[in-house]
Amino acid sequence: MTFVVPVGPQHPMLKEPEFFRFEVKGEEIVGVDIRLGYAHRGIEEALSRRSYKHNVYLCERICGICNVVHSTTYCQTVEQLAGVEPPERAKYIRAILMELERIHSHLLWLGVAAHQIGFNTLFMLAWRDREYVMDLRELISGGRVHSAMNTIGGVRRDVRSEHVPTMLRGLDKLEQSARYYTDLWGSDRTILARCTNVGVLSKDDAIKFCAVGPLARASDVKVDIRKDDPYGAYGALSFNVITEQEGDVWAKGMVRLREILESIKIVRQALKELPSGPVRTPVELKIPPNETVERTEAPRGELIYYIRSNGTDTPERVRVRTPTYGNFASMKSMFAGGTVAEIPIVMWSIDPCFGCNDRITLVDSHTGKARVVSFDELRRWKK
Amino acid sequence: MGLGRFFRKKSPWLLHFNTGGCNGCDIEVIAALTPRYDVERFGMVLKGSPRHADILIVTGPVTKQTKDRLIRIYEQMPEPKMVVGVGSCPASGCAFYDCYNVVGPLDKVIPVDAYVPGCPPKPEAIIFALVKALEKV
Repeated sequence: MTFVVPVGPQHPMLKEPEFFRFEVKGEEIVGVDIRLGYAHRGIEEALSRRSYKHNVYLCERICGICNVVHSTTYCQTVEQLAGVEPPERAKYIRAILMELERIHSHLLWLGVAAHQIGFNTLFMLAWRDREYVMDLRELISGGRVHSAMNTIGGVRRDVRSEHVPTMLRGLDKLEQSARYYTDLWGSDRTILARCTNVGVLSKDDAIKFCAVGPLARASDVKVDIRKDDPYGAYGALSFNVITEQEGDVWAKGMVRLREILESIKIVRQALKELPSGPVRTPVELKIPPNETVERTEAPRGELIYYIRSNGTDTPERVRVRTPTYGNFASMKSMFAGGTVAEIPIVMWSIDPCFGCNDRITLVDSHTGKARVVSFDELRRWKK
Repeated sequence: MGLGRFFRKKSPWLLHFNTGGCNGCDIEVIAALTPRYDVERFGMVLKGSPRHADILIVTGPVTKQTKDRLIRIYEQMPEPKMVVGVGSCPASGCAFYDCYNVVGPLDKVIPVDAYVPGCPPKPEAIIFALVKALEKV
């Protein structure tokens, strides 16, 4: 006898509107249904009505947390369509902003993950230290959240030389706190008790369900678009791809925390080697019919943009595939066999971002271990 | 001033509902509660249930799917209740103003007491709006 636990669309566990339907047998979860689309606004349709320039601002507002990577990927795709190469300095400034964004996103994840396991002290501490990186973002871009730095052909503001010492001081503070949280994540009894062997995604499942980003890397799948298919300045910057073996919630946290340290290293190197020169190439935005795909590594994983041009100053079609969408398929094997108390932390371990995800409507359903329906049975049902 | 009104002016509890926004305002609302800005020291706490809340914080343009749920949450809140629209989206629709799945500004759906313009507004501005909304009690 199964019992249904509805979660959402307004629920203390979720910061965004989404609906989950958990089937439980006593304490054990046997099935999960996802009803997506509450945050669906119709962005892709709007993108094909507005000009290339306007779309930069709309792309930035697909997601508030990973806005720089959205606008960078959009600009890179349009630049590729128009056959324009942005100046080297602009590429480095984009890399700095994207890495600052990764640091802020992962610290945000750490805080909310701590909140989900009832460790509110760590939540407050992580969000306190996250303010350092918000200050740095505000310093170079002028905005705490939406930076509005990117434009087609480069960036709109330069990183001034007098900002560099302040940036380096801020990075030192960040590194200190990131090291502290990495030690804490590996040694704290509460965290170890709640996170080890919970929500395990095996390496085979991660490959089978096409997991991306930190979720895949925590299951020992070495994928990182920054290394696999370098874009922008990443070809010239040195960093390691972080992986963990275990595949549980603890490993997903550890991957993110160690990535913060790598990102700090990247920002330091980019600031040191920042080439001189202009930050923007002028672009003629009447693009002949063509199509192109660009992919980047967002804080949550692989982000893909596809744009088709038709000779006017408006794109004909823009398709965005966000990492959270790629990670939903893995949820089945992460939840199956878990308990109700583990729902919040396992859900948060994929770092879901529904603002990004809900540009399409998807109704996904499966019945977990309780019943296996063969393809033949499904066909008979139809008749 | 009656005793009930006097106490209602202090330490309101908040309910946060994203009606399809981009997350930018949500993280600024949470930032207003955490140590740098720390409105929790005045007893303004984020609550999970609409039945415990005094102020409803709405972020994002109202989408067709969230509209019914927004009205339901508003009706579940006890009187007196206040609504604060955070960000440009509840005020005007911001960049999503002409998207086909957006119902329109927040005041077409429920009455609003205060707006915070900005995309997203800074935490200081959100705190100022909460104080302004309290003055209306």
